Amino acid sequence: MLRQFVLRVLELLAVLLLVSFGVFALLSLVPGDPAVAVLGEGREPSEYAALRDEMGLNDPFFTRYFDWFGGVLHGDLGSSLIPPVVPVWDRLVAAMPVSLELAGLGLLIALVVSVPLAMWSAYNEGGRIDRAIGAFTFGLLSLPSFLVGLVLIAVLVNSMGWFPRTGWVRITDDFGGNLSHVFLPALTIALMEMAMFTRILRNDLVTTLNEDFILAARAKGMPPLRIMVSDALRPSSFSLVTILGLSIGRLVGSTVIVEYLFSLPGMGRLVIEAASTGNYPMVQGAVLLIAVVYVLSSALIDLSYGYLDPRTRRARA
Amino acid sequence: MPEPDINHTGDPVDAPVPAAAAGTALLDPGEETAAKPRVSRRTQLLVGAPMLVGGLALAGFAATTALLITLAKVLLLVVGLLVAMNGLGRIAEAVRGKSVDIVFVLGMTWLTVLIGLAVLAPLLPLGNHNDATQGLYAPIFAEPELGSEYPLGTNNYGLDMLARAIYGARTSLVVSLFAILIGTTVGGLIGMVAGFLRGATDRVVGILANALLAVPPLVLLIALGTVLSPNLRNLSIALSLLTIPSMVRVARANTITFAQREFVLAAQAIGATRMRLLRKELLPNVVLPVASMGVVMVSMLIVAEASLSYLGLGIRAPEPTWGNMIAEGEGGVMEAHPFIVIVPGLCLFLTVFSFNLLGEKVQKRWDPRSAKL
Amino acid sequence: MTSESKSPILVVENLRTVFHTPRGDVRAVDGVSFELRPGETLGLVGESGSGKSVLGRTVMGLISNDARTTVTGKVTLGGVDVHGVKRAVRRKLWGTEVAMVFQDPMTSLNPVKRIGTHLTETLRFHLRCTRKEAEERAVELLTQVGIPEPKRRMRQYPHEMSGGMRQRVVIAMALACDPRLLIADEPTTALDVTVQKQILDLLGNLTTERDMATVLVSHDLGAVAGRTDRVQVMYAGRTVEQGRTSEVFAAPTHPYTDALLASIPQIENAPHSLLRAIEGNPPDMANPPGGCRFAPRCGYADTTCTSDLPLLQPLAGPGRSVACHHPLLAGAAPVGSEHTHGR
Repeated sequence: MLRQFVLRVLELLAVLLLVSFGVFALLSLVPGDPAVAVLGEGREPSEYAALRDEMGLNDPFFTRYFDWFGGVLHGDLGSSLIPPVVPVWDRLVAAMPVSLELAGLGLLIALVVSVPLAMWSAYNEGGRIDRAIGAFTFGLLSLPSFLVGLVLIAVLVNSMGWFPRTGWVRITDDFGGNLSHVFLPALTIALMEMAMFTRILRNDLVTTLNEDFILAARAKGMPPLRIMVSDALRPSSFSLVTILGLSIGRLVGSTVIVEYLFSLPGMGRLVIEAASTGNYPMVQGAVLLIAVVYVLSSALIDLSYGYLDPRTRRARA
Repeated sequence: MPEPDINHTGDPVDAPVPAAAAGTALLDPGEETAAKPRVSRRTQLLVGAPMLVGGLALAGFAATTALLITLAKVLLLVVGLLVAMNGLGRIAEAVRGKSVDIVFVLGMTWLTVLIGLAVLAPLLPLGNHNDATQGLYAPIFAEPELGSEYPLGTNNYGLDMLARAIYGARTSLVVSLFAILIGTTVGGLIGMVAGFLRGATDRVVGILANALLAVPPLVLLIALGTVLSPNLRNLSIALSLLTIPSMVRVARANTITFAQREFVLAAQAIGATRMRLLRKELLPNVVLPVASMGVVMVSMLIVAEASLSYLGLGIRAPEPTWGNMIAEGEGGVMEAHPFIVIVPGLCLFLTVFSFNLLGEKVQKRWDPRSAKL
Repeated sequence: MTSESKSPILVVENLRTVFHTPRGDVRAVDGVSFELRPGETLGLVGESGSGKSVLGRTVMGLISNDARTTVTGKVTLGGVDVHGVKRAVRRKLWGTEVAMVFQDPMTSLNPVKRIGTHLTETLRFHLRCTRKEAEERAVELLTQVGIPEPKRRMRQYPHEMSGGMRQRVVIAMALACDPRLLIADEPTTALDVTVQKQILDLLGNLTTERDMATVLVSHDLGAVAGRTDRVQVMYAGRTVEQGRTSEVFAAPTHPYTDALLASIPQIENAPHSLLRAIEGNPPDMANPPGGCRFAPRCGYADTTCTSDLPLLQPLAGPGRSVACHHPLLAGAAPVGSEHTHGR
């Protein structure tokens, strides 16, 4: 047990180390001269050379990597190349809550919608409702998130005028304003996740509902909704937890796109802007931070899975 | 107690039911037909034809009318199309004499037409798709009008939307299919070797694959987009990186399963080399699941490519891709000229949808084990 | 028999269950009738696939009319027309009027629920009692079904118990709200031979104590022999023979019953003697043979058998009847001619 845990942690560290190396290596291949990016064009060659030296760009590759990595461990991710020249870390810290709120709310909406929808669908297995829900979710999964967002904008913003098109209000400043700004982007994210969750949970529930213990619960006179929630959902929820783990990657992706689409000041827009302006310390920092959060949350979900199921919990004890 | 004889022959069925429609029950002349006999071909035709026409009319009305608000229009359009599809399904069933998966047939038709057009694009008499200077002489934002010089309209540079959509398909398909080809080959081989050798090799491959998975796909693409200049080759390589971990996993799992089977042990027992085992015994068994995974991932790659170019990090305008065409709708253009977004959006949706259908079918047939998800 | 005087708790009239499958309609139960009075035990025997389990579930109403199933005929349970009432009404019968013990205790308990929860949720739902009362009653029930240390067991999960113990829990669950009818669907099939007898004895004792009516569904004639008052032999969804258990087993009149009994290994058989197995397989229920369902496998069958479906005909003896064109007399040998077997 302990040995496995240690191995898992070691593997996790190895993965993170590799990612940091990959991120650094990749972005030092960036075409163009960072010194030019900082100073702008038309300066004396000696000025560029001095700056390159100062930035450590003339050192051997591994020296640069370890310098950078040492800095990362102290929370120093370098400074933005593009004005305003502020530490990357500060920008990230400012942007992170926006992305987290967006992704969290999206996930919440997705769960709140998909669980009843999946139960309804599974209860009517093979019937009209089941097929309609199946077709609807299948269709949704074929829509890229920016298209979903554009459709929602066309209908709910342009046609109905219910939500603001862009902008952000901090949750600490104005809760209602924050909610009206965050809802539509979160809904966009939620729709995609919802479709996936619904399909997987529905299939799982259908399998569970064919188990003998469901028949036994029916034979005891338990009402269908109660059987669904207390007998079928719990064994199925383990797979939902696994899926949650698998879906985080897509969740991050759609958060990035949705932030861009709705001009929200989150990590996603930060990284896209940095990428299109060649602001590579920013890209490095953001990608690294996203990877760390992503890897850690996946590992956490992995762990919780083992804890939730009494069968495996027993086996581990 | 009285038991009525249920074994009567010569069933009084109201209408002659075609044997195929009644299923196996009719093969035995002594048996009753199914309790709910299928609707006859004629009825299917009579119901189907008006549904098709009515549905199309409804959809057409919804698409062109100026009377309704957007929400109602969209709903009406969807309803109309669904009705038309149902009607088409009935007609197909009546003609073929058995139930037809009309959605699948339509999807595959779309893919065939699209691939055909994409391949033949340079030979087709298409309008100007990327030359903005020539576009100066063309109308900008011409509304779509079938039969006119610009059937799907023009964009803000006066470029022909139809030509752009087709050239966009070309980019999308070339990039995704190449990426899949690279991904299945490289990932499949690595996975097979890892699954066959196990031990340290397996562990290293596992950590490398996990490291690749540790960066969410789109973020990885954006990071690569910062460095690589966006052309077809680089995009294909970048996208293939997204598929490799999954391919490795599928190939590895299947290799491990098959390596324990008797036929592999038997080959080993008669002295086959490891290379031979991999090539002759394992490869044929691993190819199908890996290939089916490849088909499943095509749609994901198309979406990824479109997302990247939508964000302005993929192929750059004026060279058309569906993603950057949709991005042209920004800044109020979509509101004024919805077709700028609708044309590429619809192409993207239909293609991804069709590939999803295909992927589902293929996976059910070739790799039923992982088809459950 | 004292039970004869009481009014029946269960009346099944000409019950049919048809499943509509892609392969065609499957007639799992095809015109079955019987009655059951309090304190009485009925055995339903037959090979696997003969429709016994479906019959049990249709009687209870767990299988009823829906998109894929058609149930005709009538089941009256404690005065309620099971298939004629709304689902919610039917559900009220379950647990309180009728309960079921299932075949496999490995799968009929929810793996993620504690043993205690299985019992208390039923009690609290039907009897509307407090958690404490339910727990006390649950412990009492576990004691009654012979589970040692019931308080500790309450907190365990199903996978922590043996098969026999789990089946006891399933029985306790079924008896929780004192149903008047118990349907035991192959309650011992999945258990070790040594545990089988214990479970059957437990069921017998509990039902006698509570004056419950019991339907014991089994393919094991040995299980049915000493423990049921009456027996009904099923083949391909139909009753082929019925009567008092002792009489049916002593002198089977249907060739199928005869063959079933002959296929039981007897301790007094000579060593190395061949068991008489029944040739062939039960018919495809989506496509049953015309005439007598058993005819293709019957040593006595003639052209009448393959063309006409035999109906149940009364025989001598209380409630005794057989559905056969050529019922056996005691000791008759398979010759296949009418006069030898005709009554």
